[in-house]
Amino acid sequence: MKITQDIKDSTIIMTLDGELDASSSVILDEELSDPEIMKYNKILVDCRSLNYISSAGLGVFISHLQRFEDAQIKLIFFNMQEKVRNVFEILGLDLLMTIVTNYEEAITIADE
Amino acid sequence: MNNSIRVNCTKKNLKQIRDFVSEYLGQLALSDILVNQIVLAVDEICANLIIHANHEDPTKYIYLTITEPKNAVQFEITDNGLAFKSTDYKEPDLHEYVRMGKKGGVGIALVKRIMDKVEFTSKDGANACLLYKKIK
Repeated sequence: MKITQDIKDSTIIMTLDGELDASSSVILDEELSDPEIMKYNKILVDCRSLNYISSAGLGVFISHLQRFEDAQIKLIFFNMQEKVRNVFEILGLDLLMTIVTNYEEAITIADE
Repeated sequence: MNNSIRVNCTKKNLKQIRDFVSEYLGQLALSDILVNQIVLAVDEICANLIIHANHEDPTKYIYLTITEPKNAVQFEITDNGLAFKSTDYKEPDLHEYVRMGKKGGVGIALVKRIMDKVEFTSKDGANACLLYKKIK
């Protein structure tokens, strides 16, 4: 799993590249736990190159949702592959998280 | 085609298990989504066995065997670690997990929703998990 961050004003675009499983999701947890991240009010997660997610990866996002919500930080996923989105849907997580089609849509929703 | 694999109990080996299952399923002409779901279910069970049943002890092993009963695919995963107690299983309440900031606990729910049959058996210190999925 490779995670890159691109910062634009108050927005972080986080690009996930690879597979998020019980082994690799630790890296994501470290990134999202970084206190620095709370300085931004939008976290846009580019999932184009996220090829796989297991419960461990989902768990990392679940565990940070409330913290971001309390701090009024918007967490938005975009460019998600269909098979990965399907995993969110199996659990109904697509109803608890914001998943949109592409970057333009992510920006629009983030600015609302 | 080779239908079984043995790996020792480190999380790094989950990738090897997923690649093995993907490659096996590749010959069955299934959709990408279905292949991903089945790989995920096997990965979840193996992760639980490696982490919880065998405490990531690299001297311990888990074994996976794939068979094809009529119109289905079946996975048997065995180990000699702590037995899974299915009586301890509770359906996850996601809203509660979000409120609590809970990190784990949705893996078995995924497996149960994906597979048509999930069975755990234990005898004389050996445990087996059987996953069955209709594919036609």
